Amino acid sequence: MKDKRKSDSRATSTSGSGAGSGLGGGMAFEHPIQELEAQLAELEALSLRTRLDISSEVEALKVRLRSAIEDTYKGLSAWETVNVARHADRPVAGDYIQHILDDWVELHGDKAYADDHAIVTGLATMDGLRFMLIGHRKGKTTKERLACNFGCAHPEGYRKALRKMKLAERLGLPIVCLVNTPGAYPGIGAEERGQAQAIAENILEMLSLRVPILVIVIGEGGSGGALGIGVGDRVLMLQYSYYSVISPEGCAAILWKDAERTADAAAYLKLTADELLKLKVIDAVIPEPPGGAHRAPTVTMDEVRRTIQRELDLLVRVPAETLVAERRRRYRQMGVIPGRFPQVQEA
Amino acid sequence: MRNPDPAKTERAESAREAKPAEPQGAPPQVSARSAAEAREALRAAARAEHAAQHQGPNAGAAPEPAGGEAPEVRPQETTLSETRFARLRKKKDMPEGLWLKCESCGQMIYRKELEEKGRVCPACEFHFTLPGRERIAMVLDPDSWQERFADVRTVDRLKFHDQVPYLDKVRKAELRTGQSEALLCGTGAIEGRPVVLAVLDFSFLGGSMGEVVGEKIALAAELAAARKLPLVIFTSSGGARMHEGVLSLMQMAKTCSALAELADKGGYSICVMCHPTTGGVTASFASVCDLTLAEPGALIGFAGPRVIATTLKQELPAGFQRAEFLLAKGQIDVIVRRADMRGTLARLLDYGRGPRVKHDVRRGRAAKE
Repeated sequence: MKDKRKSDSRATSTSGSGAGSGLGGGMAFEHPIQELEAQLAELEALSLRTRLDISSEVEALKVRLRSAIEDTYKGLSAWETVNVARHADRPVAGDYIQHILDDWVELHGDKAYADDHAIVTGLATMDGLRFMLIGHRKGKTTKERLACNFGCAHPEGYRKALRKMKLAERLGLPIVCLVNTPGAYPGIGAEERGQAQAIAENILEMLSLRVPILVIVIGEGGSGGALGIGVGDRVLMLQYSYYSVISPEGCAAILWKDAERTADAAAYLKLTADELLKLKVIDAVIPEPPGGAHRAPTVTMDEVRRTIQRELDLLVRVPAETLVAERRRRYRQMGVIPGRFPQVQEA
Repeated sequence: MRNPDPAKTERAESAREAKPAEPQGAPPQVSARSAAEAREALRAAARAEHAAQHQGPNAGAAPEPAGGEAPEVRPQETTLSETRFARLRKKKDMPEGLWLKCESCGQMIYRKELEEKGRVCPACEFHFTLPGRERIAMVLDPDSWQERFADVRTVDRLKFHDQVPYLDKVRKAELRTGQSEALLCGTGAIEGRPVVLAVLDFSFLGGSMGEVVGEKIALAAELAAARKLPLVIFTSSGGARMHEGVLSLMQMAKTCSALAELADKGGYSICVMCHPTTGGVTASFASVCDLTLAEPGALIGFAGPRVIATTLKQELPAGFQRAEFLLAKGQIDVIVRRADMRGTLARLLDYGRGPRVKHDVRRGRAAKE
């Protein structure tokens, strides 16, 4: 099982090429792992070239690599998790569409202003289940990333999402949202066209849609930009994704007035999947393979596929009235400690 | 969201305020400009201040003794956008002193005159941020206010600690404002029309929305639904309170959830956005009420101007994110001057009573008093 994951590994290629791996200072903790991976790749290449039997050395190295990955990822700090969530090789919405769907018809545009490439929407079929897929789109290559505005949506993106979600409601299709954005775009055009209003409208409407909504944070859950397509009956997070009210950088700059304190800010913000599960902001954590999704994208995507299948299978049986009432109650009670707040009991 | 911690910015600001270039009496550079160029002046002010800071700290005597308590201010590099941002948010607390400078047109204003005019600049009509209690006194009929849910207190769920522990900041804000949180909530009457009123006070941690603010908005909506009263909200906020992490973000959904219920039960809600309203407050309950009003000149937006300027690395257009700009872009229903607020609200509230005008509906202040 684990070896299969290893063979799935793409890290060897990335550490070899270096290009596009997006390893900023934040991924420095992976250096020992990458060194081992490079050694392993070299050894395997050598064995192919020379046909020498060095399988025992290869095996030994694999064991070392596995334990190095496990040790590193066991004690991952919040800031390191943020960097894993932003990793350039981490599967994005486009990868999921390609890998887990059996049928896919992309639907474009908000029918009012534009087609925002930072949000992808469309009709999807997966294992005999039809649903509306909504997701932030980040892209993989520089060109794609630019076209998608690095996953930072404009108001038309949120309005496009809402339009498609309403279509889903009319067709009785459940909605699956893949959240992965640094945040909604802070720009002149975005403000002119009502970024805040678009997000607020989405939140309000998503609390009224009479079909199941499943939200999965697959990478970055950047504040209001994430919540704009992130209100659901079930909210799940991939193990090394994050969800926060503000980026750790922004928080450090504002509260500490010191960019060096970014890691502290990340820790205090309690933005990891495990912490948010404890705070009951999310319902479950989807485990990632050892070493993170960027090391084994297909394994991760398969896990997400199984999760969507399982969750939707349960949600589609719930009557619409119950869905809406429970969803509203869920958010109305968000973070509440029993007995802490008063209740309105007058008529 | 991008809510700069007000306590911090305030301290930083008071440090800046302690050393502006213009001594008392001498007209500041910016006030020479006409009120028509108010927006331009705003930018010029930032530039002037920026320049002043680089001339050294003793360039002039302070026109007003600023904040006073600035123990932890460290000297730091300030960029143009930072000072500009500070300028935009300055004077929210009305520091002591006879004179103060309009944050929009730069005019020196006699403090008493400003207070008599409901904190509206006599020169350019800029509406200063109003403390919550003053707002309530100005909007509601005398003695009609009954505060509710004042006992709901902040809990530091994340054990947040930046330069000082989060709860210390909250306690300090409590002492300074005499309020338990940034949102004041209760019932009252506007020209004889009973309402549920919620007022965000910017002087309490920048009017930021944490669990308590979110909960109290939700409670206000539920109270309005239970008593079949219209809900009136005044906002003035930097957005979500980041000290409460994602729990503060979730208040966006919490408040919307309560408002969705209120709407389903036939409720009627009016939000008045006041200077400044940004971030998670604009992007949630403030934008989904039945009517969206704004005060003249109010800064309203999703991202703060500093964030946008830094992201785009460019100066923002004149009047950007101001109420008039948003009105022109179709984002708000109507701009209402502070002086007209009570009367306008009363008329708007009546439209929530259905088509038939009944005799008991009192028209105008005169009829009431």
